[in-house]
Amino acid sequence: MITGLLFCSVPVTGMGQQVGAYGVQDTLRSGFSSVKNELLPSHALELSEKNFQLNQDKMNFSNLRNIQGLHAPLKLQMEYRAARQIQRLPFLQSSHLALDTLKGNDESISFEDILNDPSQSEMVGEPHIMMEYKLGLM
Amino acid sequence: YRKMATLSVCQPQLGGFSFENCKRNAVLEAEVTKLGCNVPSARKTGTTICGVVFKDGIVLGADTRATEGMIVADKNCSKIHYISPNIYCCGAGTAADTEMTTQIISSNLELHSLSTSRLPRVATANRMLKQMLFRYQGHIGAALVLGGVDCNGPHLYSIYPHGSTDKLPYVTMGSGSLAAMAVFEDRYKQDMEEEDAKRLVRDAIAAGIFNDLGSGSNIDLCVITKGRVDYLRPHDMANKKGVRTGNYKYKQGTTGVLTKSVIKLDLEVVEETVQTMDTS
Repeated sequence: MITGLLFCSVPVTGMGQQVGAYGVQDTLRSGFSSVKNELLPSHALELSEKNFQLNQDKMNFSNLRNIQGLHAPLKLQMEYRAARQIQRLPFLQSSHLALDTLKGNDESISFEDILNDPSQSEMVGEPHIMMEYKLGLM
Repeated sequence: YRKMATLSVCQPQLGGFSFENCKRNAVLEAEVTKLGCNVPSARKTGTTICGVVFKDGIVLGADTRATEGMIVADKNCSKIHYISPNIYCCGAGTAADTEMTTQIISSNLELHSLSTSRLPRVATANRMLKQMLFRYQGHIGAALVLGGVDCNGPHLYSIYPHGSTDKLPYVTMGSGSLAAMAVFEDRYKQDMEEEDAKRLVRDAIAAGIFNDLGSGSNIDLCVITKGRVDYLRPHDMANKKGVRTGNYKYKQGTTGVLTKSVIKLDLEVVEETVQTMDTS
C-alpha cells in the first residue's frame, strides 16, 4: 500500500506562476513565488488530472477524424464553442446545461460531481478581478 | 491552475480532486515522523474475497472484518456491494475507495441502462471500473471481484488497483487470497451445483478467516442466478463471541429480611404546567 506522497521528480513547465504586466511575476495577485513550487508538481496525478479532459477530447476527435473525415470533429467543435458561450458572468454559478448535454456529462457521474463542488467552495471570487481576467485585461 | 496562496481567485473552481494540500501534507508527515509519532492510516479491509462460476450463475463470498493498522475497526462490515440488480462486487483494499468506486460505477451503470433500456452487462461494469482505476494510476486502492449474470450468461472478473482485469472461473483477492485460492485449486470443478458452489466458497473464506490476521468474523455469501439474487448476510457466523459461563450476581433471597415497615407519603398536586416542545 502506498503511504506518503509520490513526488514526481521530473521538473515540468506548466506549473508556473501567472505573469502579470511587464512579464514579471505578479506578487500582488498570485502571492510569493518559489522555484520548487513552480517546477515540481505536488502529486503524481496532478498533471495528468489537469489535462485529462483535454487529452480525452483530443484523442476522441482525432479518432473521429480518422474514421469519418474532417467534417465530423469540425462540426462537433463548432457546437462545443457555441454551447460554451452560453453562461453567466464568471463569478456567478452557470449550469452549463448545453455543454454538459453535448459532452455526455448528463449521463455519467464521476469525482468531478461528488468532490469539491464549486457551489460549496469556501473561496469567493472577486467579481471585478474575475471579469478582468476573463476579458483579458489583467 | 489556482493555488491556495493566491490572494484572489481568477477562475471559477472546478470540481473533482484537489491537490492543493499535498505539499503541506508531505511537510507535516516529515515533521511528525521526525518526532517519532505515526500519521493515522486509512482504514483497510484486509480481506478475503472470492468468487466462483457454477452451473447456473455466480457465488461471491467475503469475510466481514475491517482493520485500521493493527486494530479491528469494524467486526461486521459489508464487503459485497450492489452494482446493479444482476451484478454484485466484492471489494478489498482501502475501505473508502472500494465503497465510493462501487457506488460511482453503480450510478453510472444505472444511467447507462436507463439510456439503453437494457439490463446492464458485467463486461460494461468491468470496463468502466478498469478505465477509472487506470486513470488514477493505482492511487485508488480498490481490488475488486466483480460477478454477475447477464444476457450472455454468468461472468466473473477480478480487477486490480492499477486497472488490470482477469476474466476467470474462480478468483480470490485480498490479504487472505492465497489461503482461499488453495481451497479453490484443490476442489474447484466445472459446472458445479449451487449447494456445492456455496460450500466451496464458504470453505475458501473460512480458510482465509482462520489463517490470515486481516480477515475475520463472519462469512457473507451472494448467489446470483438468472432472475434471482440471494444475499446471505451472514451465511455463517464462524466467529461467535463467547457466552459467559459464570455469574457474579447474588440470587434473589440470599439476604434474609428481618422487618418490613411501609410509610405512605401524603403528596398533593400544587401546580401543573405544560411546556410545548419545539419540534420544527
